[in-house]
Formats: sequence, C-alpha cells, structure tokens
Amino acid sequence: MSLPYSKKLIELFVHPKNVGEIPDADAKATEGSPACGDMVQLFLKVDPESKRIVDIKFKSYGCASNIATASIVTELAKGKTLEEAKQITWKDADAELGGLPPTKIHCAVLAVDALHTAIENYEHQHGLLKEKVPTTKEVVINRLKHVIDPRKGIDVVRAKTLKGVEVQDGVAKVYLNMREDEEFANHIKEEIVERISPLWDIKVVEVIFSNE
Amino acid sequence: MNVYLDNASSTRLDERVVEAIMKTFYEDIALPLSEFVHTPGQRVKELIEESRKKIASFVGAESSEIIFTSGGTEANNLAIKGIAYARAKKGKHVVTTAVEGRSVLDSVRRLEKSGFRVDIVPVDRYGFVDLDALERAVSGDTILVSVQMVNDEVGTIQPLEEVVKIVKSKNPETFIHTDATYGIGWIPFNVKELRVDLASFTAHKIHGPKGIGALYVKKGVSIEKQMDGGYAEFNLRGGTPNIHGIVGFAKAVEILSWDEVEKVRNLRDYLYKRIISSIPEVVLIGPSDFSRRHPANLNLSFKYVEGESVVLYMDMKGVAVISGSACFSRGLEPSYVIMAMGHSHEDAHGSIRFSLSKYNTKEEMDYTVLVLEEVIKSLRELSPLGGN
Repeated sequence: MSLPYSKKLIELFVHPKNVGEIPDADAKATEGSPACGDMVQLFLKVDPESKRIVDIKFKSYGCASNIATASIVTELAKGKTLEEAKQITWKDADAELGGLPPTKIHCAVLAVDALHTAIENYEHQHGLLKEKVPTTKEVVINRLKHVIDPRKGIDVVRAKTLKGVEVQDGVAKVYLNMREDEEFANHIKEEIVERISPLWDIKVVEVIFSNE
Repeated sequence: MNVYLDNASSTRLDERVVEAIMKTFYEDIALPLSEFVHTPGQRVKELIEESRKKIASFVGAESSEIIFTSGGTEANNLAIKGIAYARAKKGKHVVTTAVEGRSVLDSVRRLEKSGFRVDIVPVDRYGFVDLDALERAVSGDTILVSVQMVNDEVGTIQPLEEVVKIVKSKNPETFIHTDATYGIGWIPFNVKELRVDLASFTAHKIHGPKGIGALYVKKGVSIEKQMDGGYAEFNLRGGTPNIHGIVGFAKAVEILSWDEVEKVRNLRDYLYKRIISSIPEVVLIGPSDFSRRHPANLNLSFKYVEGESVVLYMDMKGVAVISGSACFSRGLEPSYVIMAMGHSHEDAHGSIRFSLSKYNTKEEMDYTVLVLEEVIKSLRELSPLGGN
C-alpha cells in the first residue's frame, strides 16, 4: 500500500505526542474550525524566568496530516524559548514530516499559526511586547479573520457576519449580523472573545448581536 | 480481517463474469465491423447483440435502444449534451438537481457556457428532489430534465415516477434522463414503466467489469453524437467496441439476484443497528425511511471527528470506507451532496459512507463495528470539540 504520507506522519497520526489540554495553561490559541474541516487547539506553559516553553499540548479535529503536524510542531517547540519558538515555520514541520502532499500544506500552516498565536497571546498577557502598539479596529478585524462562521464555512469577515468594530478605552465592541438566539451564536461569541481578549490593552470584549 | 465497504464506488467481479470475459480474450479476437467479411467478425457481432439484448431486456428496453459506452460518465455526457445539441432549436433550457454526480453537473455547466439556461433544483434534508421547485423550473423551452435514480453517496432513491409525471404534465415535449448507475440491479427499474427517455448504466457497480456502460435512448428520441470518426453503436458512439466489457456487463446483469439484494439489505440494517447501539452521537445522513434508501448504502456522520482521519485509521485496520470530508476529496470543499441537503460543514466533514455488496458477511460487519468503535473513541479523545 502506498499512501501519500511518510512513515513518520503515519506514526504520529496513530501515536501523536503531546496530546491533551493544560488546565492552567499560560496561553492558548485555536486555529481553524470544524466548519473548515481542520482545527488545532494549542496550550502553553511558559517558565516566567527563562521564557522557555516547559510544557505544550494540543488537541486536534482534523485529518491525519493535521494531527501529525500539530504533534511535530509541539515537539519542535518544547524546551525552546519563546523567541526561538517564533522562528518555527511550516516548512520546518513539513521537513520534519518528510514532506506533506501539496493539498495538506495548510495543515502544517495551521499548526504553526496556532503556536505563533499562542506565543503572541502570552506576550500580550504578560507585558512582553517590544513595542506596545495600541489595538485598533484593523487589528481586531485581522484577528477576526481567524474566527469561522460554521454556517458558511468561512471566516466571519468574509461571511459578512461581522457588522462593525469599535475600540475605545480598552473596550472592544464587535457587532454581528446575527441574532443571539441563532445557532452557533454562542460559539462565535466565545471564539471572538478568545481571539480579542488576550490583546495587551483590551480589558473588555463585548459581542453585540443584531436584533433583526 | 480485510473488509471492503466501498462498493458504491466499484464492486468485486463475480467469478462467472470473469469466466465469461476470459473466454472472449481468447476466442473473440475480431472486430464486429468485419461481420460482412469473415466468421470471427460475425461471431463478435453476435456476441455484442446478444449482450445488448440481455441488458435491454433487464431494464425493459428494446435492443436498438441500448448504446454501449465506456461507463456512466460517458453515458451521462452523451445523454445530456446529445439531447441539448440535437434539440437546441426547440429550446435552450435544461434542469437537473443539486445532488447529481459530477458528470451530470459538469455536463450541464458546459452547456451553460454554450448559451443554454440551466436550473439546478434543490433537495430536502434527506436528499429528495424538491418536486415543487422542479415543477416551477420546467417551462415551455425546457428540453431536458436529468434526475438521478439513486444518489451513490447518501443512498436517496428519487421519486422518479412523480418526477416524470410532473415534468411531462408541465411540458410533454421535455425529455427525461436518469443517471441509473447506482440503481440497476439494486432497485427494480423499467424504462417503459417509468416513461424515462434516457437512462445511464454502468457495469462495475453490479459485479461487472470497469470501463463499460450503456445509455438507453428511447426509440424516436434523437441525440447528437459526441464522438466523431466512427459508425459503431448506431452511429451514435464510435470507437472499437469493448467486447470484453460488453460480455461481462451482460453476464453481470444475467446473474443478478433479488434474493442477494435482500441479503445485503439485511446486512446493512444489521450494521446500522450495531453502530448506533455501540457509538454515541451519530448522525444518519440520507433517508431515515430505509424503504426509500439504497439497500446497500449507509452514510453516517460521527460527531467531533473528521472523516479522513476515520477513513485512514479504519484502512489501517483493514476496513475500506470513504468520507465526504474535504480533506479526503483533495479539493478543500466538503461533499456538495451533503451540503446541498442542508447539513452543517461539520456533519459533511465527519461523514463516512459504508456501501455493501453480496460478498460482505455478518462477521465483517461485526469486525467493522469493533474497529469503528475503537477509532471513533480514539479520535474523540484527541478532539477539542469533546465527545468523551
């Protein structure tokens, strides 16, 4: 049998490493969505002194490549400082796995994005940003491009579920073109809060549904 | 144990079919066009006509109404484009459904590019064509309506009798084509009783060989040939006839047994009952009224897990199934059929199709459930969405 996957990928698919959650994680990030068919959730525990990743775990909803790439990315990041871990790219994951089929590259990108977002979230939450750029409407919209509307299978910005954004005095208000009682409303709200609340100067995230 | 449950894609050849085909490899070496010059040519011609008769008789047609093709895809292309180009002067409107196979949908899209108007009728939650929408779609210039007999992904048996009634009462001039590739041999089908004008068939879903199909074209219905350069098949489909395939197709039809269909139906029901009693949070995709569902088809979506992982894992344990997941399909879109039925992206991504045949056994079903239980449990433990 010749599946288009390396032996290592298959091995990590069947016996993934670093699987699970870290209940008292210092940072976490979710990339992708079940609506897209791929989702990675990543948890970090960071040593506050050395800024080394002392523990990293993931959960995955996705294909074999998704599970294997999340596994390899967590292996690559474990023990590294945040600065070192930021240098990990999807190409590193791809190389470690012995090459992914072209249609599966996005799985490696997703896992690496989850790592980078988790690190970014940690830096925001722990005052480690080199340059504290104030959160603007554009910053919020960019982050919302990673929140999927499960009804449409695309992000809330492209799906036009997002009606508007306001940012003022540490309060981010996100207006949606959907009613609060609609299916997935709560799910979308949670994801928006998870995406925006780690930003260093954001104290409150309000998700406002449409009454129409 | 190895269990093959992807029979809606293709089935294992019946030994009797293999035997019939093997004979042709050694004994039937001539081309039928040589019928006027030598005996070997006459013999091949006779074999083709005998086979045509058997297949025609099985679907209630006359021999002259059956054109051999390379399979269902070519039959669908020939039917749709053949009618459209032959009748373009009478009208330029074609109607089909959202859950047809690619060869039908891509053919009508091709027609759209050539200036035809196309209406794609939606389906309901179970995959049944919306008959009201169909009625609204048919108009004075509708030259063709194509509605499949059975969907090979979700098993929905379309109400063809009602489709024909609605279409013909709205416009008696409209021709009706049905892609019956996953239907014949599994569900009683008679072109005359149904009053369809064209129907596509293929051999490899009924334990016949791959690469051979047929198109039924009702007597008096004109189609424009899509392949130039040959006069075979009543000058409607040129090319050297696939004598081995034709003989194998006819043999596959000849040995079909309704008792075996019932055996498969019971096995499918057994598999379904065992799965839903062993695994929680399973969504049935397709008709819940199993009398309106293909007897060998089961399509289930397992909450919190993605289909390709399930498929790959099961394959490692020796069980072959397929998924409507986007990852599996190489494109990045989940099954358009399941999406057209109004299911969520998640249900489409997590869907697994189990399609059986007469070669499957109860022991295989037990093994499949055992493997499935382990695979779903393992993947749900990994899933951020829960399920454990």
